[in-house]
Amino acid sequence: MNMLRSLTLLAMGLLFGLSVQAQSQQLVIQITQGVDNPIPIAVVPFDWQGFGVLPENVTDVINGDLRNSGEFAPLDQQNMLSFPHQESEVFYRDWRLLGSDYLLVGKISRSANSQLVEVQYELFDVVREMRVVGEVISGTETQLRDISHQISDVVFEKITGVRGAFSTKILYVTSQRESNLVTNYQLNLADYDGGRAQVLLQSQEPIMSPTWSPDASQIAYVSFESTRPRIYVQNLSTGAREQLTDFPGINSAPIWSPDGSKMAMVLSKDGNPDIYVMDLRTRELRKVTTHFAVDTEPSWTPDSSAILYTSEQGGNNRPQIYQVTLSTGWTERVTFEGTYNSKASLLPDGNSLVLIHRYDVNDEFHLAIMNLERGTLRILTNTQLDESPTIAPNASMVMYASKSGGRGILNAVSIDGRVKYQLPIAEGDVREPAWSPFLD
Amino acid sequence: MQNFGLYKLGLAAMLSVSLVACKSTDEEAAAPAAAAPSASSNAAAASNQPSAAELARQRALAKTVFYFEFDKSDLSQEDRDALVYHAEELKKNPSSKIRLEGHADERGTREYNLALGERRAQAVERYLQVQGVAAGQMETISYGEERPAQQGTTEAAYSANRRVEMVK
Repeated sequence: MNMLRSLTLLAMGLLFGLSVQAQSQQLVIQITQGVDNPIPIAVVPFDWQGFGVLPENVTDVINGDLRNSGEFAPLDQQNMLSFPHQESEVFYRDWRLLGSDYLLVGKISRSANSQLVEVQYELFDVVREMRVVGEVISGTETQLRDISHQISDVVFEKITGVRGAFSTKILYVTSQRESNLVTNYQLNLADYDGGRAQVLLQSQEPIMSPTWSPDASQIAYVSFESTRPRIYVQNLSTGAREQLTDFPGINSAPIWSPDGSKMAMVLSKDGNPDIYVMDLRTRELRKVTTHFAVDTEPSWTPDSSAILYTSEQGGNNRPQIYQVTLSTGWTERVTFEGTYNSKASLLPDGNSLVLIHRYDVNDEFHLAIMNLERGTLRILTNTQLDESPTIAPNASMVMYASKSGGRGILNAVSIDGRVKYQLPIAEGDVREPAWSPFLD
Repeated sequence: MQNFGLYKLGLAAMLSVSLVACKSTDEEAAAPAAAAPSASSNAAAASNQPSAAELARQRALAKTVFYFEFDKSDLSQEDRDALVYHAEELKKNPSSKIRLEGHADERGTREYNLALGERRAQAVERYLQVQGVAAGQMETISYGEERPAQQGTTEAAYSANRRVEMVK
C-alpha cells in the first residue's frame, strides 16, 4: 500500500536552486480569522529514528499548514494521551476521548547506505476507525519542508475533497527606504507560507508586477533598472534573464495566456496605455484595445479566448472592468457597481471575478468577489488600501497586499471570506504577491 | 551569478549619476539668494540688482516639482505660469533636455497608478510643447506609486506624492 515518491522532489530542489546572494526578509503568518467549526485533527510528533538533529520540524510544518488553511484545529501536543507512530500503536479510544476526528502519525528514518531520509506517514479516520491513507516519501534532509507540505496536501485533499496548495510558492516585492534618495527593491520567492524566502533580484530602481508562466518554469516582471519600466522574463532553474520589451513609455502588467503561448501586456507607445498581446514564439505584437482612455491590468479567461482589463473609457478616474474577445474584438463592460473597480481576475470556474473595489469616492479600497451570472458583488476584507489580488491554484484562498500601521503587508482570505491571515515582514514594505501554479 | 554582479555595479553607477543631478539642481535653486546680498552691499553695482521681473523668472525656474489633486492630472495656474519660464529656457537652449517624472499617491491599484503618473507627466509635456518646446527635448516617465516623496498614509503625504518632477 505504501508508495515511494522521490523523483519529483529532487527535480523541485533543482528548480529553485538559483538565487541572488542577499538576505530575504521572512514573512511570518498570523491567523486573524478561521472557520467557526474547524475540523479537529491530531498530528502526533513524527518519530526521528536517526542520529543528529533534522533541519526541519516536519510536525510543526504540517500543523502550520493545516492551521493556515483555517479549516483545521490541530490538537495541542500537551493534551495527547499517547504518541503512536504507526497503525499498530493507534488506540482510537484515546483520540475519540480528545475529540479528534482525524489522526496523523509518522516516522522519519535514514535510508540504508544513502544520504536520503524516508518519511512514513499514516492518516486515520477516528470516527470510522479506519486508515485513510499512508505512504513513504524519500528525499534529502533539505527537502524535508517540501515533504511536509506534500503530506499536508494529501491530508487536506483526503479530508476536504479539495486539492491542497501547501506545496506552492509565492513571488512578492519588498522595499526598504534607506534614505530620501535611496530605496532598495527586492523580488523574492518563498513557500506559500513565507518559508525559505530567497531574493531573485535586487535593485535601487522599482520592481513591479511579478507573474508566473503557467508551467511555473519562468517568471516575468517589470523592472526600472534601465531607468524606464521594461518587462523581463527570467528562467527559474537556470537564472537566464531576458528583456522582453523596450518600447517608449509604459511597458507593464505582463501576464501569460493560460496556454503559455502568449503574453498580454500594457504599452503606452502610442501615447496612452493600451492592452497588447505578444506571441512569444514569433514576438509578433497585436494591439487589443484602442481607446484613448487608460486601459491596463489585463488578465485572461481560462480558455485564453478573451482578456479582462481595467479601463477608464466610461469616464476619467472611474476605472471599471471590461472584457474583450480576442477573435472578434467585441468589448463589453463587466462591472457597474461602485466608483472604482480594477485589477480583476477570474477564478478557474470562469464564473467569479476577484477584483479591487471602492464603492463611494471616499470609501476604502477593498478586495471583492463578483458573481458574473447574478452580477452580485461581495466585499471580502476589512483591511486598508487593498491591492494586487492573486488566487491560489486550488482557488481556496486569495492573497493580496494592504497597509497596516503605515506599512505594506500581505494578507490572505478564503474565497468565502471565512478564513483570514496576514503575512507581515519585520522591516520595510511587502507587496504584489503572485501565487504560483501547482508545481507538479 | 556573474550577471547579477555586473548588474549591481551598473546600479551603483546609475545611483551616483542621479546624486550628481540632484546636487546641481540645488545649486541652481540657491544661486539667486546668494547673489542678492553681494549686489546690495555694493552701491556702485546697484544697476546689477535683479529686476522684479528677473526675480520672478528665477523663482519660477526654481520650481521643478508640480503637484496635482487626487485622481487629477490638471495643472494649477501657478504651475502653468512657472512652466512658461521653463519653456523660454528650453527654447533658448535647444540642446538641453529634461525628463518629466510622473508620480501618484498609493491609493488604488499599482498598474492603474502607473498610468495616472504618465498622464500627469504628459500634461506637463503637452503644456511645454504648446509653449513651443521641441518634443525631442523632453522625455516622460511614470513611476506610479513606486517612489513616494513622503512615507505615510496621511493626506499630507498623499498630496506630496501626487507630482511631476522635472529633472535636468
